[in-house]
Amino acid sequence: MVIKMGIIKTDKLVFEYIRRDEEGNVEGITRAVDEVDIDVKQGDFVAILGHNGSGKSTLAKHINAILYPTEGTVWVDGMDTREEKDLWNIRQEAGMVFQNPDNQIIGQIVEEDVGFGPENMGVPTEEIWQRVEESLKAVGMYEFRKHSPNKLSGGQKQRVSIAGVIAMHPKCIILDEPTAMLDPNGRKEVVRAIRALNDVEGITVVLITHYMEEIIHANKVFVMDQGRIAMEGTPREIFSQVERLKELRLDVPQVTLLAYELKKSGLNLPDGILTIDEFTQALLNSLEQENKK
Amino acid sequence: MIREITLGQYYQTDSVIHKLDPRVKLVATICFIISLFVVQNWLGYVVAAVFLAVAIKLSKVPFKFMVKGMRAIVFILMITVVFNLFLTPGEALVSVWKLTITREGAETAAMMAIRLSFLIIGSSVMTLTTTPNSLTDGMEKLMNPLKAVKVPVHEVAMMMSIALRFIPILLEETDKIMKAQIARGADFESGNLIKKAKAMVPLLVPLFISAFRRANDLAMAMEARCYRGGDHRTKMKPLQYQKRDGIAYLVLVGYLAVCVGMNYVM
Repeated sequence: MVIKMGIIKTDKLVFEYIRRDEEGNVEGITRAVDEVDIDVKQGDFVAILGHNGSGKSTLAKHINAILYPTEGTVWVDGMDTREEKDLWNIRQEAGMVFQNPDNQIIGQIVEEDVGFGPENMGVPTEEIWQRVEESLKAVGMYEFRKHSPNKLSGGQKQRVSIAGVIAMHPKCIILDEPTAMLDPNGRKEVVRAIRALNDVEGITVVLITHYMEEIIHANKVFVMDQGRIAMEGTPREIFSQVERLKELRLDVPQVTLLAYELKKSGLNLPDGILTIDEFTQALLNSLEQENKK
Repeated sequence: MIREITLGQYYQTDSVIHKLDPRVKLVATICFIISLFVVQNWLGYVVAAVFLAVAIKLSKVPFKFMVKGMRAIVFILMITVVFNLFLTPGEALVSVWKLTITREGAETAAMMAIRLSFLIIGSSVMTLTTTPNSLTDGMEKLMNPLKAVKVPVHEVAMMMSIALRFIPILLEETDKIMKAQIARGADFESGNLIKKAKAMVPLLVPLFISAFRRANDLAMAMEARCYRGGDHRTKMKPLQYQKRDGIAYLVLVGYLAVCVGMNYVM
């Protein structure tokens, strides 16, 4: 079967958690992911949004073959994640960064942690060193290579985790709420590093988050609710539907919200304003038009 | 208070001993310990003392760091000395009330004291000059032949290095939980031993839960990074013997020969 498909594709993906009581009897079934179809192209920057329990992390774990679908199929670069023989290829091609930076750093020295993935893949020693150097430089952590991860800040640790994934030379990288445990500065650092990966290295990025500001650079946004894809589109398309986002219990960036409220009270502003610069420009234009009248 | 606990007392300088392959240091330490039990007379201890002194001198680690390790065994040392001193039968030297110090007793007590302190200082030389990481690496490589009899050598080494990595994190967490419980009125300081032990329960339960959660996360992160045990794995920092390691082995063999020889001299 040779069908031209994106790097990540899911077809009617369903995943059910089975809850059991103490004797092991089935108590209930929770559908964490419900008939999800997504298609991500090589080089895309995709964001998946959703409040807690919307199934976005469960979806992410399918792409890395940590979880397997109950129904439906997931393909990574044309490989079915249920095929056991492709397991390690899938995990190499789709790298994953998790939420808690402390719980995913294995090495006791930064460079050793970054080398962990390539070591597991059986990369020759000299090439490991080369890859470690490249990936640490890509996230701007090269000067910390001899440090202990315990002495780094949250943002720095998370950048080391990202470097650890890049060193495996993945085609795409899935980040499962990488900034949820960081302070605003750390968050900025990490988002900058992620954008650089996408722009400079051309790695496909799937960013899972519930911070709205982080998705404005994405090409495509999926909003999840109760395991289903509730909204889909460019950030601008998504943010122009402020009411719908509120229904889904998601916060809209302050600028977008302000523009939306001003528009509702009569000012002539476009829908889905994303940045402060854009907003000031639009506001000036609209005021000028007012004056001309 | 919890911050003061340090494990792996590595002392950073640049010396010949620091540069030696961890395998050499492990083997040497084991041989040194064995030699302490092989030698039977004072001459043997002189040889051991010289060997140890040279090793310390070469390691460039200040002597006071070696002695630090002794503090932990002072109690055991005293008991051993006292028991040997008074309870060894033989030719009486001094006799006070019911206690008698014999010549043989004094000799054994002194030998025991030297043996124990050399043992501790000798192993300190190893831990002070080798990072915990390279120690685990060395152990993994040394125990490699055991793989033939199905000993999970790689897994044990991996567990040790992960444990070392998580010690500071869990210490920090203990500190955090302790403060949180103190803020809620928990009392860890006062009361007798049993009361203090009971006060530990609200500290240990959350700590264990969080440790299990971390373990689960870490396992997932390791699998996501293609970890599948020791097979097919390459090393970023493979251990390779240098010329100095060969020399060290020769010196070690020489030392052992002299130690055994000393038993026949007297």
